[in-house]
Amino acid sequence: MAIKEDVYTRIFKIISYVIIIMASIACLLPFLLIISASLTSNESIIRDGYHFIPQQFSLEGYRTVFTFPEEVLRAYGVTIFTTVVGTTLGLFLMTMAGYVLARKDFKYRNAFSFYIYFTTLFGGGLVPWYIMLTKYLGLLDTYTVLIFPGLMTPFLIILMKNFIRSSMPEELFESAKIDGAGDFKIYYRIVLPLSTPGIATVGLFLALAYWNDWFSSSLFINDPHKYQLQYYLYNVINSMQFIAQMGAGTGVSLSSDMPTESTKMAMAIVVTGPILLLYPFIQRYFVKGLTIGAVKG
Amino acid sequence: MNQPMPKNSAMLTADSRLNGKRLGTGRKHGFFYELFRNRVLFLMLLPTLIFFFINSYIPMVGIYYAFTQFDFNTSLFDAKFVGLQNFRFLWQSGTLTKLTLNTVGYNAAFILLGNVLAIVLAILLNELRGRYFKKIAQSVMFLPYFVSFVILSVIVYNIFNYDNGFLNTLLLQLGGERVDVYNKPWVWIFLIILFYLWKNLGYSMVIYLAAITGISDEYYEAAKMDGANIFQRIWYITVPMLKSTFVVLLLFALGSIMKGQFDLFYQLIGNNGVLYNTTDILDTYVYRSLKVTFDVGMASAAGVYQSLFGFVLIMTVNYIIRKLNDEYALF
Repeated sequence: MAIKEDVYTRIFKIISYVIIIMASIACLLPFLLIISASLTSNESIIRDGYHFIPQQFSLEGYRTVFTFPEEVLRAYGVTIFTTVVGTTLGLFLMTMAGYVLARKDFKYRNAFSFYIYFTTLFGGGLVPWYIMLTKYLGLLDTYTVLIFPGLMTPFLIILMKNFIRSSMPEELFESAKIDGAGDFKIYYRIVLPLSTPGIATVGLFLALAYWNDWFSSSLFINDPHKYQLQYYLYNVINSMQFIAQMGAGTGVSLSSDMPTESTKMAMAIVVTGPILLLYPFIQRYFVKGLTIGAVKG
Repeated sequence: MNQPMPKNSAMLTADSRLNGKRLGTGRKHGFFYELFRNRVLFLMLLPTLIFFFINSYIPMVGIYYAFTQFDFNTSLFDAKFVGLQNFRFLWQSGTLTKLTLNTVGYNAAFILLGNVLAIVLAILLNELRGRYFKKIAQSVMFLPYFVSFVILSVIVYNIFNYDNGFLNTLLLQLGGERVDVYNKPWVWIFLIILFYLWKNLGYSMVIYLAAITGISDEYYEAAKMDGANIFQRIWYITVPMLKSTFVVLLLFALGSIMKGQFDLFYQLIGNNGVLYNTTDILDTYVYRSLKVTFDVGMASAAGVYQSLFGFVLIMTVNYIIRKLNDEYALF
């Protein structure tokens, strides 16, 4: 059955290869720029500017970041804590909600679905939300405020609901009921074990949102000890004074020609590192879950 | 296996009663009956309902702030009522028109360009052979989606900053002169769209790629037999088959046309006032009014305007779509 490819197909494929390769390179180059800059000496950056290949190789940037590692490590700790707690709790609540809304014999599922969905159409806006959390719930400078608002999103609940509905037949629940299983038991003995791809996708979305969150810290946190990693990085980048402050806190004076540019870039790499390292492993779950959840089957 | 008869028959009647209810012949039960019968399910859903009540519904009451002279020390309904004054200020300063145009304009560009280019890339990638090449290309293009907006701002700074950015380094080496990109508002229209695409194209591409994989090979085989070339096969089979995915994604995206992408704008522009004319959107304006200029009244007014305008927009679009093709409507 080896049919020879016609001219059109061959031309089309060549063009496809060229475009896809160019797009892939465009996606990678910015990372290369940062990695290269983090490995370049500061004088070289000031003198020659940023390059794709370090003009003058140096590890000063990383050395500075880890000279006083407490700050970075604390921010890491806050982010890891909020990510783990938020993702676990959010997953538990959203799979539960998704399961209830997917049950066809639950009479008010459409009304409750709309109750959840409506929040994406209309809202009070940032200001009333901010005032409520700070003034009425008193969540300023608490870890709760870093976790609570991101726990659930309508989109992920709907994704979970669609996943359960399309991968588990209603008869499964009915037969479990006849065997005497309660609603909660059905959830954790049948639905959860069968939802691994859905849980992986929703969990990754949630974890990514917590890991990359800078907004919560910027709005609600005044105490630098409670900054999340991304907001810590944001502050480092936006304040040239940070090295001086790091020195002042420990009583060690640092010379003024510390490698600020390369330190910024090294810090960016340190913050992104875990995701770049984990990426090859988690990426396929994302693709799998999106494939199931997004395309109506 | 050896279940006593009576239990079995009881099950049967229960089952037929269930069926009867489904057909609509059963007796109607009230809310409290349902609440009791499905109390476990209700209990399981309760945390979610409470969450959205606190996080989304209570702040809706706070819309009232937009009509008062805000004072952090008094409670909501003790604040002085000023009617539409906050809105009038916003309107007279010309801010509202600018913000609306920017917000809707950028988001429309994001949605259209984002989807069309993602479809093109998905089609191109799908036609390629080589399992590993495809996999690697897909992973590489998906990678930017994982990067935080703070890192994105580092990347943009790295490329465009005046003193030692990559662009200016390159320009100097080529014998040109430095360009102060951070002082040229019009350039940022393209930069913001460009970096939006950089970050999100891979993600949308994966969704469309999944949809393409779902198309049966038989269509293509049949078209080949009929002598259709590759362009005809794509245009007459692949593109029409992606329509429903496209419409669903479009409708979801429309929901956020009045908010969307605050992180992107704020991280790239920050508090750089020179660029506001071309880059300020409702979200960044509200955030700044709250955090930087402490103009709570104006910020609430802008927020209410944003919610209402967006709501009306979505309702209108949904109405039109329902008239055109009922299947595609959101609700």
